[in-house]
Amino acid sequence: MLTFAVRRLVLAVPTLLFISFVIFMLLQLAPGDPMAQVPLTVPPEVKEKMRQALGVGEPPLVQYWKWLVQVFWIEPKVFIDYLTNSSTLLGWLPDTQLYQDELRVISWQTRSPVMDIVIQRIPQTLWVVGMAYVVGILIALPIGIYSAYRQYSVFDQSGTFITMIGFSIPPFFTGPLLIVIFSVQLGWFPSIYDTTHVVNDWASLKYQLQQMILPVMVLALQTTAQISRYMRASMLDNLNQDYVRTARAKGLSEAVVVTVHVLRNSMIPVITVIALNVPSIFGGAIITENVFKVNGIGQLLITALFANDLPMVMTLTFIFAVLIVLFNLIADILYGLLDPRIRYD
Amino acid sequence: MTEPVQATPTPIEALADKGPLEPPRSQWKDVWDQFRKHKGAMFGGGFLLFITLAVVLGPYLWQVDAQKLDIRNKDLRPIWTALWDSGAKTAWSRPFGTDQLGRDQLAQIIQGGRTSMAVGWAAMILSLIIGTTVGVMAGFVRKADGLLMRLTDLFLSLPILPLLLVAVTLFRQPLREAFGPEGGMFVLIVGIIAITSWMPTARIVRGDILALKEREFILAARSIGTTPFRIVQRHLLPNVLSPIMVSATLGLATAIITESALSFLGVGFPSDFPTWGKMLADAVQRMQQFPERVYLPGIAISLTVLSVNYLGDGLRDALDPRIRGR
Repeated sequence: MLTFAVRRLVLAVPTLLFISFVIFMLLQLAPGDPMAQVPLTVPPEVKEKMRQALGVGEPPLVQYWKWLVQVFWIEPKVFIDYLTNSSTLLGWLPDTQLYQDELRVISWQTRSPVMDIVIQRIPQTLWVVGMAYVVGILIALPIGIYSAYRQYSVFDQSGTFITMIGFSIPPFFTGPLLIVIFSVQLGWFPSIYDTTHVVNDWASLKYQLQQMILPVMVLALQTTAQISRYMRASMLDNLNQDYVRTARAKGLSEAVVVTVHVLRNSMIPVITVIALNVPSIFGGAIITENVFKVNGIGQLLITALFANDLPMVMTLTFIFAVLIVLFNLIADILYGLLDPRIRYD
Repeated sequence: MTEPVQATPTPIEALADKGPLEPPRSQWKDVWDQFRKHKGAMFGGGFLLFITLAVVLGPYLWQVDAQKLDIRNKDLRPIWTALWDSGAKTAWSRPFGTDQLGRDQLAQIIQGGRTSMAVGWAAMILSLIIGTTVGVMAGFVRKADGLLMRLTDLFLSLPILPLLLVAVTLFRQPLREAFGPEGGMFVLIVGIIAITSWMPTARIVRGDILALKEREFILAARSIGTTPFRIVQRHLLPNVLSPIMVSATLGLATAIITESALSFLGVGFPSDFPTWGKMLADAVQRMQQFPERVYLPGIAISLTVLSVNYLGDGLRDALDPRIRGR
C-alpha cells in the first residue's frame, strides 16, 4: 500500500507538470491583450516597457519556467514565512525569513499577489459550497439506504424521482426559482450573499445562516441526487449477498444487519465517490456563486477570465488540477484501506 | 417368462419433446419488452420524441419569426395569465407572450430548442465517436493501451468547467471569423463539450473490450482469418453497444446542460440568437415582473434533461441481460 501511494505520488508530478504546461500554452493562444485598456496616447516604447514589466515580452517557454519558479519555489517560501511568523499554529517557531522580496505571481487586474486574493476568497467558497456538500451527503445517505432497503416501494419510487429531478434541473434554473419563491414572494431569506457580513453575535450568526440557506439548497440538491443514487446502488449490490442471509439466519435484528453488515460494506464505493467530488468544492460552484453573488473562487475565476487576467486564470486552474489529482489519489488509497480485498501491489 | 417387448415403446410423457411453443425471440424484441415495462423510460422517450418533433417541425407550424421585433406588442404576458389576472396584457396571436423587444416567446422557445437540441445531439455523437475509438484502440491494441489510458486519466484530471470557459473565451474570435458568428460558436461549443466529455465512454468501452477479446468467439473469428478491423466491426462493436447507448443518453443530458450553462454565463451564442440558456439568463433581470420568461425555458431544459435521464435509466435496465426477464 505504501509503495503504491509513493508510486502514484511520484507519477502525479509529471502529470501535473504536463497539465500546467498544456494550460499555459492554451492561455498563450489567448487573443486578449493585457495592454488593451492602456490609452492610445501612451507611446509604443512605454507600452513595450509596461509589457516587459508584466512579463509578457519573453518567449513562452521562459515565461512558463518563471511561472513554475514562482509557484513552486517563491510561493512556498512566502507560505513558510507566514506559518512561522504570524500563524497561531506554528507561530512559536523562530521566524524563517526565507522570502527576500522576489516577484510573486501577480494578478494583472489588481497588481497584488494571486495567492493573497485566493486566500481571501477561499473562506466564502468553503462556507457555502462545503456546507452544501456536507448537508447534501447527510441527506443523501439515509435516503439511499432506505430506498435500497425498501426497493420499489413508494419511498423508493419518489426518492428516485426526486434524485432524477436533482440531476436534471440545472442550478441556473433552481437558483432564480428559489430566489423568486423565498426572497421575493415570501421574503424569508436575502437573495444576495453579503460577503462583508461579520459574525460576532447570535443575531449576526442567524443572518449568516439565513443568507447561506438558498445557495446551500441549490447545491445540496445536486449532491444529494448524486450520492443517494450511489448509496442505493451500492446497498442493492450488497443486500442480496450470502453473508446478509447468514447474518439474518444467525438471528441478528434487521437494524444490525442493515446498519452494521450491509452499510459498512456499501460505504466503500460511496466514500470514494465522496472523496472524488471534494475538488469541486474548492473549485467553487461557478454558476451558483454567480447567481447568488457569492464572491468565492468560482466567481474569481470567471471575472479573471473576462478581464484577461492570465496569471490568475493559470494559477487557479492549476490549483484545481492539483486538487483533482490529489483527491483521485486519496480516493484510490481509501479504497484500498477500507476494502482489504483490494490489493494494489 | 418375460413379456414381449413392444416394437415401438410408448414415449414417456415427461420426457417428450414438445417442440418450440413460440417462435424464437430476437434480442431487440426482448430489450423492447423490458424497456416497455419501465414507465419512466416510456414517458421519457415519448417526451424526447415530442420535443424533438416540436423543435424540428415547429417553425413550419408556428410561422412567426423568432427574431422579428414588434415593439408595439412588447411585454405581453402569456395567454393563461388572463385566467387569474383579467387586466394583464395578453394576445391570442402571442400565446406565450413576448419579451421586452416584442419578440414572440413561442417562436423563440422553438428556435432556442433547435439550437439546444442540435448542440446536444452533435456534441453527444462526437464525444461517442471519440470515446469509442479511444476505448476500442486501448482495449484491442495492446501497445496503445498504456498511452491512451494515461491520456484519458490526464483529461479526467483537467478541471472541466474552467477549461471550457477558458477555451470559449480564447477561440471565440478566430472561429467566428472562419464560420460566421453562429456557425463558429456552434463548432466551438460542440467541439469543446465533446473533447471534455469522451473519457467515461472510453473507459467503459475499453473495459468491456478487454474482457470480450479473450472470449472464444473472438478466437474462432481470428482462427478463420478475420482481419482485426473486421473483428472490431463485426464482433466487438455490437457487443459493446449497450454501454455505449447508456452513456449516449447521459452525454446528451450533460451536453444540453453544459450548453445552457455557457449561455447563462454569457459565453455562448451571440446575443440575438436564442437558446434556452440564453433566454433564461436574459430574463433573470426582470424575473419579478415576468416570471414566465424564466420558467418557460427553464422548464423546457429541465423536462428535456429529465426525460433523457429517465430514458437512460430504462435503457440501462433493458439492455442488461441480468435484469431482463424479471
